[in-house]
Amino acid sequence: MDKTATRKNGDGIFRALTMLFAFSILIILLIMAGEMVWESLPSLRKFGWGFITGSDWDAVQGSFAALPYLYGSIVSSILAILLATPLSVGTALFITELAPHKVGVVTASLVELLAAIPSVIYGLWGILVMTPWLQTTIEPFLIKHLGFLPFFQGAPYGVSMLAAVFILMIMIIPIITSITKEVLLAVPQSQKEAAFALGATRWEMIRMAVIPYGRSGILGAVILGLGRAIGETMAVTMVIGNTPQISLSLLSPAYTMPSVIANEFAEATSKLHTASLMEIGLILLVVTLVINFMARLLLWSVTRRWKGGTP
Amino acid sequence: MSTKIRLDNLNIHFGANHAVKDVSMEVAENSVTAIIGPSGCGKSTVLRSINRMHDMTPSARVTGCIMLDDTDIYSRSVDPVAIRRRVGMVFQKPNPFPAMSIHDNVIAGYKLNGVLKKGDADEIVESSLKRVALWDEVKDRLKRSAMELSGGQQQRLCIARTIAVKPEVILMDEPASALDPISTLKIEELIEELKERYTIIIVTHNMQQAARVSDVTAFFYLGEMIEMGETRKIFTNPEKKQTEDYITGRFG
Repeated sequence: MDKTATRKNGDGIFRALTMLFAFSILIILLIMAGEMVWESLPSLRKFGWGFITGSDWDAVQGSFAALPYLYGSIVSSILAILLATPLSVGTALFITELAPHKVGVVTASLVELLAAIPSVIYGLWGILVMTPWLQTTIEPFLIKHLGFLPFFQGAPYGVSMLAAVFILMIMIIPIITSITKEVLLAVPQSQKEAAFALGATRWEMIRMAVIPYGRSGILGAVILGLGRAIGETMAVTMVIGNTPQISLSLLSPAYTMPSVIANEFAEATSKLHTASLMEIGLILLVVTLVINFMARLLLWSVTRRWKGGTP
Repeated sequence: MSTKIRLDNLNIHFGANHAVKDVSMEVAENSVTAIIGPSGCGKSTVLRSINRMHDMTPSARVTGCIMLDDTDIYSRSVDPVAIRRRVGMVFQKPNPFPAMSIHDNVIAGYKLNGVLKKGDADEIVESSLKRVALWDEVKDRLKRSAMELSGGQQQRLCIARTIAVKPEVILMDEPASALDPISTLKIEELIEELKERYTIIIVTHNMQQAARVSDVTAFFYLGEMIEMGETRKIFTNPEKKQTEDYITGRFG
């Protein structure tokens, strides 16, 4: 009798404890967001919308505007996504549909290993290996053959928007590949057999049954990759050149939101400077939250359809 | 009637599991052959070997010979894709492509032949849907998703999709087992009509269905073909005791 009562109590305590843990995460997030709004109030009051439309960032004059950082973050991430998506989807298709089982398993774990490499190591590799190679080989090639385009004009510095795009591309391939792989694995066998039974080749089967079925899930994976790219700090800071300018040329150095926060926080002395960095952080938080929310929504809509049984 | 398909000493293994043992049978052109037997007797496995569906299962090993007219379909020089265009298949659960419209589902397989003019596509869609008696029910919503149809309509759509490719043989793997009685009846009537143009092999759990739709019935048990003969004879006067026990409901 006594024992049953104790056990019931234990259950209640366990429940309360886990609930406390779960809510504390939510509360931490809310406190952080609130704190960031509070800390960036001076900048919000002083610059208003001008903060995201202007491009002047001058700590001495005390005038701050974030457009070059916003531009750098969004352009580098979107270009990285455009390059990484076909590579990742191709890899995921190879793993799930084409490779012999064992080769697929090994490839999948190698790709996931890429995600485990600390980003500072990507940055180091970027500075020591990739940027010199860009400067001596790739960028001169682009200038020579595609130099008539506004995207490939100027001198080859090595550190550039292009370098950031490449680093980000490599860093987001694992996340897009592994989520796409899960999405493709969830395509019902009955769909693939339907295509095969109509006389489809493997490639036609993929186009007919696998890709359309997984489309929104793959889109979700891409958006999650975008969120990761926008938030990436260390590796990008090391290769992008950290120059707050808006230039169409991918060979010019640029700057991103996480990079400016990481670079300037320690030496921000005036209240307005700190507040401006906080506001950049706030913009970054909002952008990543929105992107993640969209990705979850898409992935959720897919899993819900799967749970409805085989269509 | 001439022989359309001939199975000769067919054996199918999945790893160490010997699923189909020494099966030999002949299927006449433009006839309906039913394969019956308890679950796990290998009837679906045999069916799926006739359009090389086991190719996608790495552990499956098929030995023996399956002739489609004069073609040994497991010969090295034969392209399985070409075989599957001659031997279509309808599955247990209706499996239309969810991202495609009704129109696009019907034309999906035919389109693989190459580009086709819009007029041609519409014609094939209409004639295929008419042949499965679905045209009147869907002609006003061809652009809508196939998922809006009922289960029975989806299954007839899948049959339309199969015949649009103009196969010679249609394999049906328990095509009505997921459907209600009225839809089942419609599928059975359809099979009756389709046999004028196609050779049909149907696997079914439902013995009344086999008796209603088929000309010839084969009874499978534990991976072996026990008996095969004219449907009327199998159901009234079977030669083997096991067949009799099964059709009278003593096991299975």
